[in-house]
Formats: sequence, structure tokens, C-alpha cells
Amino acid sequence: MRFMVIVKANEDTEAGAQPSEEMLNEMGAFNEELAKAGVLLAGEGLHPSSKGARVYFSGDKRTVVDGPFTETKELIAGFWLLEVKSLEEAVEWVKRVPNPTGEESQIEIRQVFTEDDFVNASEEMKDRERQLRAENEARANG
Amino acid sequence: MATDARRAVEAVWRIESARLIAGLARMVRDVGLAEELAQDAMVSALEQWPEHGIPRNPGAWLMTAAKNRAVDLIRRKQNYQRKLEEIGRDTEHDHVADAADRVGEIDDDLLRLVFTACHPVLSTEAQVALTLRMLGGLTTDEIARAFLVPESTVAQRIVRAKKALAKAGVPFEVPAENERDARLSSVLGVIYLIFNEGYSATAGDDWMRPALCEDALRLARVLAGLMPREPEVHGLVALLEIQASRAKARIGPNGEPVLLLDQNRARWDQLLIRRGLAALAKAESLGGAGGPYAVQAAIVACHARARVPEDTDWTRIAGLYEALSLVAPSPIVELNHAVAIGMAFGPEVGLELVDELVGEPALKEYHLLPSVRGDLLAKLGRHAEARVEFERAAGLTRNERERKLLLDRAAAC
Repeated sequence: MRFMVIVKANEDTEAGAQPSEEMLNEMGAFNEELAKAGVLLAGEGLHPSSKGARVYFSGDKRTVVDGPFTETKELIAGFWLLEVKSLEEAVEWVKRVPNPTGEESQIEIRQVFTEDDFVNASEEMKDRERQLRAENEARANG
Repeated sequence: MATDARRAVEAVWRIESARLIAGLARMVRDVGLAEELAQDAMVSALEQWPEHGIPRNPGAWLMTAAKNRAVDLIRRKQNYQRKLEEIGRDTEHDHVADAADRVGEIDDDLLRLVFTACHPVLSTEAQVALTLRMLGGLTTDEIARAFLVPESTVAQRIVRAKKALAKAGVPFEVPAENERDARLSSVLGVIYLIFNEGYSATAGDDWMRPALCEDALRLARVLAGLMPREPEVHGLVALLEIQASRAKARIGPNGEPVLLLDQNRARWDQLLIRRGLAALAKAESLGGAGGPYAVQAAIVACHARARVPEDTDWTRIAGLYEALSLVAPSPIVELNHAVAIGMAFGPEVGLELVDELVGEPALKEYHLLPSVRGDLLAKLGRHAEARVEFERAAGLTRNERERKLLLDRAAAC
């Protein structure tokens, strides 16, 4: 099972504050632990939303709004992709994420959708979806 | 609520068991005993955690519980005093030391455990069972289900394996330099065998047992973390990541196998492919491009890089099989070489090479020989002969799904 572990933003991450050396060390050690346990597939930290943008949809209309965005708690500051046996295992790992400053924050764990989960899709629809994904990924990979 | 706690204990077990067993084995110098102590600690956890909640540091809790039990046991044994001192000393250290400071030590213990579980005094079956049990954190029941044998058989295998290790006086250590390569290749072989058992289930109704593939991939990644300078470990990781990337595409809507060239490549897992290619690059950068696993990884990488089957670089694949036949010669490699030659230079050339293998005793019962021959004959328009070959192949496979596929191909000739 694949899970995305989402680190929520807070005022510091949104302000683009650099993590302290202590934080970097502890996170580095934790990432190494995840990798050594064979469960870490990928992980990245994100720049503050002030460097991002949103595209709003309404019918045919597309409206682009530049960051920053205000609902700090709903924003994402980074993620890990983990491959584990169960939600419980993902939870066990997330409980071990270091929190050296002791500040309040939250981390959300969400299972990654795979095509097997789309029960209502016909085989034909799934094929189209896969085709699009592959083209997408091929573009992303150059 | 009790089920939740149980599942949580199982999750902790999966994360902690290998390190727990490895750490205990260093203390008691007996992996069999270490494993039993760890199991006992797990039972205590199952009794206590549902009531009191999961401790903040579950790994340390389990270790303390297991050590207390070890002290009880050793108290009853002759060399009580000396052993007790050893354990007491270790216990003190472990309590004060921070987990991060002990990473190197844990890695050493884990490596010793890997080499002990795959020790040559054990049969391959026993190595597989011990590795899954002690390093993969699988229960006897899970191993039994994965290999379609009764649980009692697996339990017996493990008991016998532990006895064999004790009887042979196998030391809990990483092998010395002079035998290290040979020992490492048997470790890699065990992990690859576990993966393959999941990837092409040799018997039964399922074509794949994905959980077993995931366990093997995880073990390979763990090993790469423990031995980052060994190119062949990265070669194995690369091979497994790329093969695993195709898992979904290998099964049709009704559970039937889909051959490589017929697979919908959009279903290949691009994340695993990228990881596999990175691991291959690592193996090569460490000077291991010619190792058997790295070469096999380079072959699967050729497929992974081809957006459509027509883009496959068969000439390169044929060359890689030739390289593989030098470092790991086998009739099966020859057969694959023939397939690649057939794809690169035409079915006549391929068939010529396959025909040379027909008398090969090692391939007498191997269903892929007639299957490949049937495929080449069909491409040459020799349908009647092809049909006979597909039927022969169907008669040889022990996998139901594959048999059906081969009979369908025979009928289509």
C-alpha cells in the first residue's frame, strides 16, 4: 500500500523560514531511517505558497490567482510517499517524525489511489486514463 | 478497539522485529533464542498494549521486555553469571543511548542477522523461511500462505533451521573478507528467489503474489542501506524495482498473465522505474556494471526505457544476455539470449539458437522452451508445429493461469 504523508504548513513554513540546523539533522536522520527500512519511495519539501499559484475552475472559465494563500492550516509544506503494509504502519512511522521545537503542527496520512480503486470505471476508461498518465509522465521525464 | 490495538502491534512488529532480533542475537549469541525472546516480547505487547496503550517508544519497550525474559532464562543456565553480566552491560548502554547514536551498531547487528539467516549450512528453503521470518517480520502463517504449504511445514522448517545453526555453531558475525562475496551472493539469491516466487508463482491459481514481491523489494532496499558500497546489492534493487514496476500490467482483467510485449505500458509504475534506473546507475558508478544482477537490471531497463514495444533496443538486450551468459551461464540465459536474437535479427536466427537448446537436459521440463519455440515457429508461419509446441508447454507449466494462456495460443495457431 502506498501512502502520502502530508506535512501541513504553519506560519514559519509559509514565511519561508529556513529550518534550524537541529531540525535539518533530525529530519535527515529520520529520512535515513525511512530509507533504511525500505519504506521511503519519495519525499519533497515545498516552497511557501507565496511562490505558487492557483487556478480556479468554473465551467469553461479559468482564473489564475497567485499566492500566498491565507488558510495556512490547509496548505501543504511537504510530503513523503511511503510503501508499507497497512495504515497502522504508516501511522507508526509518522508518530516518529521529529518535532524538535515542540510546536503544534499536524501531519496527514492519505492512501494513494491506484487504478484498482476506481470501481466504476470501464476497462476502456481505465485504458484512456493510463494512456494520458503515461503521456504526462513521459513529458515530465523529458 | 482490541482489533485496532492488535493491528497497531503488528505494525510496530513489522518496523521493529528485525532490529529487535538482531540486537538480542548479539547479546545471547544465538539467533534461534533471540527470535523466541522477541516473539515472547511481542506476546507481552499484545497482552498489555490494548489495555495501557502503545508506549511512546515501542521499540525500546519490546527490547526491555525481551531482555528481562533473557535474564530469566539465563538465570536457569550454567554460565549464568557471565551471560548475565553481558546482558546487564548491554541493557545499561541501550537505556541511555539515543537511537540515533546507535544506528551504526544496529546496522552491524542487522547485517550479521542477514548473513546468519542465509548461512550455507541451511537449505535454500530454510534460508527463505528464516529471512522472511527474522528480517521481513512475517508470521509463520503468512510465509505458509505465500508458499502454499501448511503452516506446520513452515514452523518445522524454522525450528530445524535454528537447530542446524546451533548445531553447526554458526557464529553471529559478518563473514570474513575471503568468503564475503560468495556469502553475499547467496543472500542476494535468497531475496531474488522470494521476489520471483511472488512474481511468477510457480504453482497454484494465482499468477502473482504481490505481497511477496513487496517483501522482497523491501528486504533488498534494506540491504542496500546496510551495504551501500556493494554494487551488486544496488543491481538487485534495480532489477526488482523495475520488474515490480510492471506488476499491474502483467495481469489481464480476468487474472490471466499478459506477456511483456503485450502489456499496456501506461500501467507501468513510473516511480518504481525511476527508482530502478537510479539504483542501476548507482551500481554502475560503483564499478558493478558487469555483475549478474546489474546486467539483468540493465536488460529490464532497456524495456523500461522503451515507450512502445517497437522502441525496444533488442540488439543491446542481445548483447547484455551475452554478457550475462559469461558471468552467470545457464541454459535459461541462453534461451533468453535466443529470444533477444530472434527479436533483433529475425525469427529464423532465433529458432536456430533455440533448436540447439532442445536437447539440453536442464530444460527438459522447462515450459518456456517449447513456449518460445512455438512463438518463433508461429512468427515464421509454421502454425501446425507451433501448435504442438504450445500444447507441450501447457502440459509442463504448473501454473493454471499460464496453462490457459498457452492453450489459447495453441488454439489460435
